Amino acid sequence: MRRLLASLCLLAAIGLSAAHAVLPDEMMADPAKEARARNLSHELRCMVCQNQSIDDSEAPLARDLRLLVRERIAAGDSDSQVIDFLVARYGEFVLLKPRFERQTLLLWLVPPLLLFGGGAVLWMHTRRRAKGASDASSLSAEEEAKLAALMSADGPAEKS
Amino acid sequence: MIVEGGHYALVLALALALIQSTVPLLGARWRDPALMNVARSTALAQLLFVGVSFAALVTLHVTSDFSVLNVYENSHSMKPLIYKITGVWGSHEGSMLLWVSILALFGGLLAAFGNNLPLSLRAHVLAVQAWIASAFYLFILTTSNPFLRIPNPPMEGRDLNPVLQDIGLAVHPPMLYLGYVGFSISFSFAIAALLEGRIDAAWARWVRPWTLLAWIFLTLGIAMGSYWAYYELGWGGWWFWDPVENASLMPWLAGTALLHSALVMEKRNALKVWTILLSILTFSLSLLGTFLVRSGVLTSVHAFATDPTRGVFILLILCVFIGGSLTLFAGRASRLKQGGLFAPISREGALVLNNLFLTTACATVLVGTLYPLVLEVLTGDKISVGAPFFNLTFAPLFVPLMAAVPFGPMLAWKRGDLLAATQRLTAAGIAALSAIALAWAWARGGAALAPLAIGLAVFVIGGAITDIAERTGLFRVPFAIALRRARGLPRSAWGTAFAHAGIGVALIGIVCETTWNSEFIGTMKPRDTVDVAGYSLTLNGVVQRQGPNYREQVASFMVSIDGEPLSTMTPSKRSFTTRGMSTTEAALLSRGFSQLYISLGDSSADGGTVVRIYHKPLVLLIWFGPVLMAFGGMLSLSDRRLRVGVPKAAKALRGLQAAE
Repeated sequence: MRRLLASLCLLAAIGLSAAHAVLPDEMMADPAKEARARNLSHELRCMVCQNQSIDDSEAPLARDLRLLVRERIAAGDSDSQVIDFLVARYGEFVLLKPRFERQTLLLWLVPPLLLFGGGAVLWMHTRRRAKGASDASSLSAEEEAKLAALMSADGPAEKS
Repeated sequence: MIVEGGHYALVLALALALIQSTVPLLGARWRDPALMNVARSTALAQLLFVGVSFAALVTLHVTSDFSVLNVYENSHSMKPLIYKITGVWGSHEGSMLLWVSILALFGGLLAAFGNNLPLSLRAHVLAVQAWIASAFYLFILTTSNPFLRIPNPPMEGRDLNPVLQDIGLAVHPPMLYLGYVGFSISFSFAIAALLEGRIDAAWARWVRPWTLLAWIFLTLGIAMGSYWAYYELGWGGWWFWDPVENASLMPWLAGTALLHSALVMEKRNALKVWTILLSILTFSLSLLGTFLVRSGVLTSVHAFATDPTRGVFILLILCVFIGGSLTLFAGRASRLKQGGLFAPISREGALVLNNLFLTTACATVLVGTLYPLVLEVLTGDKISVGAPFFNLTFAPLFVPLMAAVPFGPMLAWKRGDLLAATQRLTAAGIAALSAIALAWAWARGGAALAPLAIGLAVFVIGGAITDIAERTGLFRVPFAIALRRARGLPRSAWGTAFAHAGIGVALIGIVCETTWNSEFIGTMKPRDTVDVAGYSLTLNGVVQRQGPNYREQVASFMVSIDGEPLSTMTPSKRSFTTRGMSTTEAALLSRGFSQLYISLGDSSADGGTVVRIYHKPLVLLIWFGPVLMAFGGMLSLSDRRLRVGVPKAAKALRGLQAAE
């Protein structure tokens, strides 16, 4: 059912046929530059689609963005310059991997915080329980005496 | 007549659920066995009436009764029979009916086979099940009734969305729902334990098979959905970190954690509070998934489920159940006594570590899925969180988890010996190092991470094999004895080994597919030939064909290797006239676990066709892994221990366990 919906979204977004993204006529002649363009395309969102990168999408906008990325690369931009250019033009929404900023602080910090925080809590919990257990096992002198008395009294009592 | 019958059966099921959600609780309070037993009969009767209702809807779809709105909107008289049936759960209303049917099925199963449960526990569990059921019956009847009539019935239906007219989609939703809804049982057990204020190792023994059953279905359901996306969406992707996918992944991660913590609880009577919490969270995530998908909150482009009244209703259900159960947990959890102690280095410790990583992974997916939504509501800013984010955050969590997997089963309960475990894993370690060296040499440098990941995967598989070898004494005792021991091993031990090996297998597939995938994208004309990964593919020609409710354009490719003809592949593009949509039917050719994948694009005016050809090495392992995991789950489910509900047998078996 989830996939079903995913597909519906895709189709709704794409409108025409199921995905065919990068077209032969868009590709750059230089394989290294084309590879860079493909890699960048994976990180950029087709903004009219549901959770699709411009590399996967067939929407006209995605095509425009793909061409734009290639145009910038051909103009000699570095990868980060291309990204900056697109963010300046279309906003943070275009990035599938949000940058680490005040707004996205929680997003990026939840996994490490949870992992290390959880680990710390577990560690403390174990230490506390281990301590509690060792405290419980050591008896005071008074208790020892009581125990000894009970043991010696218990033995014969049970036999009778 | 059938329409009204189905509708009425659903209303009756609601009435029964309302009885089931109150009377048994009163019975438990007054210690009246007769009242408590009401739960059993109402659960079975509920199953009967929901079954009737569901059967009615199926009949309406099969007979193409277009006087019913749901049938009109999602069916077509020319649609093949199988898709008429599966189209029932292709729509929002139908899929919700399937949801409650499965809920009733689980309730019915529990009522029928739960005879070894204490009477009051069963009464409580079934009552909680009925709360959930009542909420969803009400939801269906008030906002998503599949039995609504149209005053002037049209002659023909609007057909089902063509992407859904596929066998993968026929089986995928029921599987997924069996998983989702199956977790309701552990939820109900958790709530019952909190209500009763009593929980023990026997509780975990009852909960574990149900959790395992749900987990098996969810694993298979997710894997099937992924494979469907792979061949149907036409660009060979198999996981997109789409919110709807995440919605199914979250309960899976939490459910996997639950399986492991329930094990600790059953064997060592520890982690009780945590297990209860996980049971609640797992089902809460299933409900959240239902909300995310059904409410249309994710985006507005959903073809259905965009009506806000539905969203608000499900949000209400979500708040009541999640909020209520967590409040109950907060109030009652402290009453549950803590159980057995264990050292950090022990089987329990390893399972706790597993839980830590799995819940963190689950939280990561949850935050990533909801963050854009929440941010937009709070600040109005729009951001996207997609595959690159999840890949980056998920991998660092899964790598240490997988590295730890082989150690877990090697450690003894209570206090384990890490050094001894490491020594026993030497062979697996050596295998892993050799795999790294081999992969690195074969790829001649290239991506550095991929060989390491393959090494990790081999280590996990090797660990699973070592576990079995150690338990049977393979290589240390004569083979015949080892074989006898292997047969005598508890099935759950085999289950663990298969499930753990399954993760390793899937990882190999994932790494190979993403790293060494080769592709060709270009325009081809008849008799053009291209070479991809050592195969040469020649386009023979493109023909038009007429299907039952579509027209298709079929291309025929001749595949050969070293000049030897191998096979013919026929990818196609179908256009469905009723909805004016088209789908790509990729052609797949499996060679071992690798696949050749062709999908067609648009034709150009000069007779050329855009073609995408991929070679995906070992791609099938991605889905073979989960199948192994599910198989392991089934083995474990067939373990005698899980079928025996009587505590006495448990003691005898525990004695055996200690001797391992």
